[in-house]
Amino acid sequence: MANQKIGAVLVIGGGVAGIQASLDLADSGFKVYLDDQAPSIGGVMAQLDKTFPTNDCSMCILSPKLVTAGRHPNITVLTNVEVTRLNGEAGSFEVKLRKLSRYIIEEKCNGCGICAQKCPIEAVDTFNEGLSNRSAIYVEYPQAVPLKYKIDREKCIGCGTCFEVCKAKAVAYDQKDSEATLKVGAIILAPGFEVFDAKLKSEYGYGRYPNVVTSIEFERILSASGPYGGLVLRPSDGEIPKKIAFIQCVGSRDYQLGNNYCSAACCMYGMKEAVIAKEHTPSPLDAKIFFMDMRSYGKEFDAYYKRAQGEWGIQFVRSRVAGVTEDPKTQNLFVHYVEDETPKTEEFDMVVLSVGMQPPKNAEKLAESLGIKLNGYKFCETQAFSPMETSKPGVFVCGAFSGPKDIPESVAQASGAAAKAMGVIASKRGAEVAVKEYPPERDVSLEEPRIGVFVCHCGINIGGVVNVPEVVEYARKLPNVVFAEANVYTCSEDTQKLIKEKIVENKLNRVIVASCTPRTHEPLFKETVQEAGLNPYLFEMTNIRDQCSWVHMHDAKEATEKAKDLVRSIVAKAKLLAPLKKPLINVTPVALMIGGGVSGMTASLALADQGFEVHLVEKEPELGGQLRRIHYLLEKDSDPKEKLDALVEAVTKNDKIRVYKNAEVVDVYGFVGNFKSKIRQKDGEEKEVEHGVVIVATGAAEYKPNEYLYGKDPRVVTQHELEEKLASGAFQAKTVVMIQCVGARNDERPNCARICCGQAIKNALKIKETSPETEIYVLYKDMRAYGFKEDYYREAAVKGVIFVNYGDERKPQVKAENGKLLASFWEPVLNEQLEVEPDLIVLSAATVPNPDNKKLADMLKVPLTKDGFFLEAHMKLRPVDFATEGIFLCGMAHSPKYIDESIAQACATAARATTILSKKTLEMEGIVANVSEDLCSGCRICEYLCPYGAVEMKDKEGKTVAHVLEALCKGCGACGTACPTKAIVMGHFTTDEILAQVKAALVEVKT
Amino acid sequence: MSEKNGFEPKIIGFLCNWCSYAGADLAGVSRIQYPPNIRIIRVMCSGRIDPAFVLEAFKDGADGVLVAGCHLPSDCHYISGNFKALRRITLLKKALAEFGIEPERLRLEWISASEGDKFAAVVRDMTEQIKKLGPNPLKEMEVKSQ
Repeated sequence: MANQKIGAVLVIGGGVAGIQASLDLADSGFKVYLDDQAPSIGGVMAQLDKTFPTNDCSMCILSPKLVTAGRHPNITVLTNVEVTRLNGEAGSFEVKLRKLSRYIIEEKCNGCGICAQKCPIEAVDTFNEGLSNRSAIYVEYPQAVPLKYKIDREKCIGCGTCFEVCKAKAVAYDQKDSEATLKVGAIILAPGFEVFDAKLKSEYGYGRYPNVVTSIEFERILSASGPYGGLVLRPSDGEIPKKIAFIQCVGSRDYQLGNNYCSAACCMYGMKEAVIAKEHTPSPLDAKIFFMDMRSYGKEFDAYYKRAQGEWGIQFVRSRVAGVTEDPKTQNLFVHYVEDETPKTEEFDMVVLSVGMQPPKNAEKLAESLGIKLNGYKFCETQAFSPMETSKPGVFVCGAFSGPKDIPESVAQASGAAAKAMGVIASKRGAEVAVKEYPPERDVSLEEPRIGVFVCHCGINIGGVVNVPEVVEYARKLPNVVFAEANVYTCSEDTQKLIKEKIVENKLNRVIVASCTPRTHEPLFKETVQEAGLNPYLFEMTNIRDQCSWVHMHDAKEATEKAKDLVRSIVAKAKLLAPLKKPLINVTPVALMIGGGVSGMTASLALADQGFEVHLVEKEPELGGQLRRIHYLLEKDSDPKEKLDALVEAVTKNDKIRVYKNAEVVDVYGFVGNFKSKIRQKDGEEKEVEHGVVIVATGAAEYKPNEYLYGKDPRVVTQHELEEKLASGAFQAKTVVMIQCVGARNDERPNCARICCGQAIKNALKIKETSPETEIYVLYKDMRAYGFKEDYYREAAVKGVIFVNYGDERKPQVKAENGKLLASFWEPVLNEQLEVEPDLIVLSAATVPNPDNKKLADMLKVPLTKDGFFLEAHMKLRPVDFATEGIFLCGMAHSPKYIDESIAQACATAARATTILSKKTLEMEGIVANVSEDLCSGCRICEYLCPYGAVEMKDKEGKTVAHVLEALCKGCGACGTACPTKAIVMGHFTTDEILAQVKAALVEVKT
Repeated sequence: MSEKNGFEPKIIGFLCNWCSYAGADLAGVSRIQYPPNIRIIRVMCSGRIDPAFVLEAFKDGADGVLVAGCHLPSDCHYISGNFKALRRITLLKKALAEFGIEPERLRLEWISASEGDKFAAVVRDMTEQIKKLGPNPLKEMEVKSQ
């Protein structure tokens, strides 16, 4: 039957995952409808104060994405919407939606907020988790997208005040719910999660004792836009607490509640909240975290854990808290727990419950209306080899709805789901989209510089240290500054509108934002000034947060002076800024895939599905990478050997994918859209290929231990070697001792290798399956069976696997004596040293970076972490991008991970790459070198110095002069610096601009 | 201003966009504290830093200048800008002595995007060192000549 496909996608859920999926789709030529039940997008991330492991400000990194989604010409944001029915099939769905009334006409509301100021009614502020009040007519938070008010009809008394004061005539009390139908080709589910209701754990007193709060409430308490303006205060009396307890696993790993799974993110967010609380409290604060296993398993997480213990002085107690009681007089809290087999009680001023993640409340309804399956916990069901596929073709899932996970994993899955959706409707790319039009550019060449300065409070990130009003006052007095003002968050959507208004009102022709780093926020502001008719290069930024308020937190006066110096300096530069043009370049719609493991093959297929050619380069004689060593899965939902064969076959047969085995990439040259690389093949022959993007999927390796007699006694093996034995039937042992964290979480490699706990559980269960009488001891530091893996951990324990905790101070000992293996270790529950005679000792050896990483990183000019894995552009929100445009990473090249996580990242790189490959031309950076031909003496120094061959000599009326090929110029400025006649001008970083900046930075303040 | 007691040096830091500026940002997100004496100027590449910028900074009264770029040999985003900086700054240090400026006032450092701690340590160390050296001698000469 002819199925007319539709080039549009419905994304359900507007949290960070839904937004990421929408942006990738919209940037790749597809129409997106982004819906959310809430009145604004942003989800839970918008409520968070900071994010781990970088302590980045959550709103600051999210806000640019909110704004971009809100103003993207291919994204229609639908809020207050629920999905009621789905008809049709993959490629052509019909979705029925119900739009719940806001009692506000969205098209008319301009978000001015006068209605809320005048509203006489107080209602509970749910965004602040009930810790403060708001009016009955409200927006969820000041940076909300869309910035449209809503009337809380349960609280509204219908007095008519808002109707009277609204100049836009947007209030409509009689507005009714409405129905709508959308036609889309694919659907992405990103409805997120629900926070566990802490009242169900009545022993912790939540709801009875005011000073027991949940972690999400505590996020709001920490937040500058929260109920206490970012000060940590006790809800009962507004006092600053001196001692706070954090209780982990509330509503997670809890058999009584039926929430057996681990919520995966709480260990890290608990730690982060403790660290930030200390930072936000003027007096010394004691923070103690009560935990069962510290599951800091992600990239660089253990380094954070170490800093939390050392530098930040957070105390950690390994104990499940039994209960919390209150001293009714002081409203202090007593935490009752057992440590070292001894019952203890300790008094705290405040208790924070690290609440777990639950499926969204409407999960069952949603599943029913869409016809998808849920798992036993009512999260969306997925499988290890298809982590973004629901049970219904054409409907994909990402984020916490398919299981508890943190932000970067949600973002990777979101891009991955976008790639999957694109695969369904690739033939309809471009069918339903519009091109963004900017107003004509204002010619400012004859105008005197008129500079506008916007100084950001960044909540309290800047404003808590730097005296922002003083900086604004100071800026107003600087030469050529005709306008200056402060914003709570300069990056929010309402401020973008304001900046545009101020440009017009004040005839600004240079705009400065003093806030965070241009590395993340400059593109957003450039687009804003462009929307107001200014050339984007008439914009500049200065960094008074990352390089000022955050690094001089205890010296408000000096930080303020520094901020003034930085503003004065950037104003001096801005005065000289000139408009620049962005050259257009063609894109080669081909990808170079480095690595042919599960990640490389998956990403290649995802790209080929969309019609792009792929050169897949594998160093080994066979495709498959580490997957070749995996014989069965923990989840048992699929056979990895079958999956491997299917992948290899699909890749080999696909006529869009060219496979090079026994080959390596020896040279990469060029830039986004236009790379040229050399592939050296088995016979030594070198082949040159042209491509538009590079994807690094080079995987990782198993650590070869030198501990515990490995390599000296054949009865000591790694988990992979045990798996081989089990698969081949060569396994035979009465007693097995497994030792975790071999080669990981030590001084040399401080971070966790993530997958070894799962491997140990998987192999232990396999042993119990084939040889139930075998005794198995697993010696561990923390069992990091996060998410649904907790089920298997429990299963192993129930089947008699003995888990014994050890610390760095008491490591297990292994020796061979008289032909016998002996393992001795401390048993903390029995409180004694045990010795067993295992037939086999299995080392859970760390996953270590591919030794080729350094060479490849040098070739691609991309960074590595201290551990030697590749370092992405941003740990939270750009997990698969490098900072260099057109180069991406996925799988274990990024850090150790399970198959489903590698597949999610692999698909994510395909989506990110498609945002480039789907375009015929790309707009390049306008920062390039320009030659003033009159001044050029034709000396050729620039031609010799340019690493890109972007300078060529040409004849100009009988004189040889340098000429810059704009598409090749990367804007480093080396030529400009070396030019003896100063004939080369570096756009946006001219000598005059830099010198003006230097001079102004040094001039003593005279007021 | 000229007495060494309580002297707070002003340092100009020329940082490349890709490694060192990102490293300075990381010091911020990691909340690693360092003295507020540095004023950072972002350039795309350490190879953009003209010796004249450094000389002008000293002329304008900087007590120290930091030039920071991507690690040698091969971290440079622009292939070899760091080598260009190395050559220029090495020569410049020799020339500075001729102008009566202690070469220690000028530092060249390689700081990667993952080295927030190193950036903070460099600023701390440099601030201490320049405090010991005292103010930029050009400023004193200027005062004397007036």
